[in-house]
Amino acid sequence: MKLIKLSASALAIAAISATAASARDQVQVAGSSTVLPYANIVAELFGENFDFPTPVVESGGSSAGLKKFCEGVGENTVDIANSSRSIREKEIKACAENGVTDIIEVRIGYDGIVFASDINGPAYTAFTEAQWYTALAQEIVVDGALVTNPNTTWADVDASLPAEEIQAFIPGTKHGTREVFEEKVLLAGCEATGALDAMMNELGMSEDDAETACMSVRTDGRSVDIDGDYTETLARIESNPTGVGVFGLSFYENNTSKLKVATMSGVSPSTETIATGEYPVSRPLFFYIKKAHFGVIPGLKEYASFFVNDAVAGPGGPLSEYGLTPDPELGATQSMIENEETMASGS
Amino acid sequence: MTDASASPVSPAAAPSAPSSLYEQSSRTKKRNASEKRFRAYGLTAIAVGLMSLVVLLISILGNGLPSFKQTYIVMDVELRADVLDKNGNRDPADIAKVMTFGYTPLIKQAAQAMVQEMGSDIEGLTDKMIGDMISKEAAGQLRNYVMKNPDMIGTTQQFKFLANGRIDGYFKGRVTMESAALDGNVTPEQLMAADEMAAAGYMTTAINPGFLTAPDASDQRPEAAGLGVAILGSVYMMLVVLVLALPIGVAASIYLEEFAPKNWVTDVIEVNISNLAAVPSIVFGILGLAIFINFAHLPQSAPVVGGLVLTLMTLPTIIISTRASLKSVPPSIKDAALGVGASKMQTVFHHVLPLAMPGILTGAIIGLAQALGETAPLLLIGMVAFVREYPGMPPEGLFDPSTALPVQVYNWTQRSDPAFFERASGAIIVLLVMLVLMNLVAIILRRRFERRW
Repeated sequence: MKLIKLSASALAIAAISATAASARDQVQVAGSSTVLPYANIVAELFGENFDFPTPVVESGGSSAGLKKFCEGVGENTVDIANSSRSIREKEIKACAENGVTDIIEVRIGYDGIVFASDINGPAYTAFTEAQWYTALAQEIVVDGALVTNPNTTWADVDASLPAEEIQAFIPGTKHGTREVFEEKVLLAGCEATGALDAMMNELGMSEDDAETACMSVRTDGRSVDIDGDYTETLARIESNPTGVGVFGLSFYENNTSKLKVATMSGVSPSTETIATGEYPVSRPLFFYIKKAHFGVIPGLKEYASFFVNDAVAGPGGPLSEYGLTPDPELGATQSMIENEETMASGS
Repeated sequence: MTDASASPVSPAAAPSAPSSLYEQSSRTKKRNASEKRFRAYGLTAIAVGLMSLVVLLISILGNGLPSFKQTYIVMDVELRADVLDKNGNRDPADIAKVMTFGYTPLIKQAAQAMVQEMGSDIEGLTDKMIGDMISKEAAGQLRNYVMKNPDMIGTTQQFKFLANGRIDGYFKGRVTMESAALDGNVTPEQLMAADEMAAAGYMTTAINPGFLTAPDASDQRPEAAGLGVAILGSVYMMLVVLVLALPIGVAASIYLEEFAPKNWVTDVIEVNISNLAAVPSIVFGILGLAIFINFAHLPQSAPVVGGLVLTLMTLPTIIISTRASLKSVPPSIKDAALGVGASKMQTVFHHVLPLAMPGILTGAIIGLAQALGETAPLLLIGMVAFVREYPGMPPEGLFDPSTALPVQVYNWTQRSDPAFFERASGAIIVLLVMLVLMNLVAIILRRRFERRW
């Protein structure tokens, strides 16, 4: 008899689940794990200060978030995708195919990428892009020919660096950070060493091929892709103090008692040097909103404009305290959200 | 007579094997030695297992127990009317316009006044440092209080705020003077001030009920983060699993065991069930995303979807254990019931099922415990998220967003502030306690209802 009662209640639940496509009353956000802490901070403040419920923020990486974002329009799709890179043409197309056409792009600020090592480890205090390229590239140009990277220690790369085995922990390919690392460090280093020119002019490679060669990372174990987050990179550095890791600036600032940071081309990373553009390895952070959800999901527009409010994303606000470099053009972004300018209509 | 010793067997056997009970033959010695060795292997295996368990428990308890305690600051805050209610009409709409940013200076000023009153003379202690010793959660707490009690504007009230995560870490031994000197978020001066406040009784370390009841907090406020939403989410999911998996699983196994004809169709079903029990849980997450969210349009991040996915995952476990316990009911009991004229259904429901109940319940609880600790399938249905709103009461609450306990552990280990590591270990302790309780219930049920024949 109990069984019958249980089955009856099970059926009741199933019936409810079939009918209750109840209206969603909180904003749903997905995407980049780099933007996640900032989104969490804003969501929390938003919940504290407004009558709307606190938005739900998922992480999982920029690409995963944008994919989810592009699944369609409607209450059971996310409203906002956080991204540590700008949306790609391919993704805009995928969005359009699923009916997601009016997308508002919001730049929230800039984030620096820093190169740090164990605080008691070898003296990795100054790097240049060229050194990173020479240390990590799959193949480098030696005497006019492309050879497998022969360097085994940092001192091989540059005599000014410690004579330690090369062991680098870099973000995995699913991270938006990897793209920035490849473009702003490896490719820049490739150009600086003259390898890019050599490949194009002396070896007769096409520009695309040469750039791909510049950005391909050695696979002999001296460079390790970290697919997890920065806590994993930190754990790897702690167990391997001669290694060097790639971190976000805000992560480093929360762990200054364990890590020491290196300068890049003589500039030490800070929100100031990133804002002025002196520190070379930085990238803008974005989030993307579905315009079609404005007015449907309560609090969506309020959340978006609260995010880029001067008191939140401006200098001295909680986001800059956490390590975000404020965007000097925040005012333009604010009015863009106010006027609901989509990517096609705006700029 | 001469050939008496000519027997080829006895002389060879007799002198070499004086089969005495007091002296072991070499073969016996060998056998005994190998048995001893085997016992040693077994003991070593158990010792290794126990050692790793002890190491695991010590590290988790060592890291996690501090999260059940928290450092608080008690202070008087003047609720200045010129800041909180500029128009002076105590209109809730006007008061609501003052955001938490407006409350922060009040708290900072109150803290500075407190330090002055203590007459502390720590060199290099700036006003900003004093203000930063209090959790950022305090502004929200104060705003909530003022919104609820607008009449209190203009008075001075005593509040109990959380201390900043680093200050809290200092009292728990996680932060030291040396590490503070290197740390960008805390200074040795702040720690000295904290010592003075503790000596003066303003700062106390007490049991932290918020860890079990409060929702998650953002990366800037590790001290305020709690497990409230995660525990509720886990409980809701277990409810869904229990209500769906138990009846479906039991009905399926009774049919398969007692009624189904033995042919190739049931064989295929049987093989599939055993197979499904070994499928990685993430596969069920993908299935859940496709069926429940994309096809049935159930909301994302909702415990009902999580529960449905976990139901699919636990069903094979429940079916297999239920069938095993149905099988273990002696056929003589079935035969006797049938013999006195009971129908097949009466036999099953009056005799077989009650006798198999302890086994079924044990299997169900072990299946639930397995589901409780699962993160991977929840990743795909949006439950690995930052959720601060408590889900409502069931059944509507089953459709509100929430997280789950193992998800909270996963989330916290990803945060950059080291204080979250302590929280994650604390969450593991809570999860372990829940699992132990569930297994305890399984054992008690088995003991109570078990019958031997």
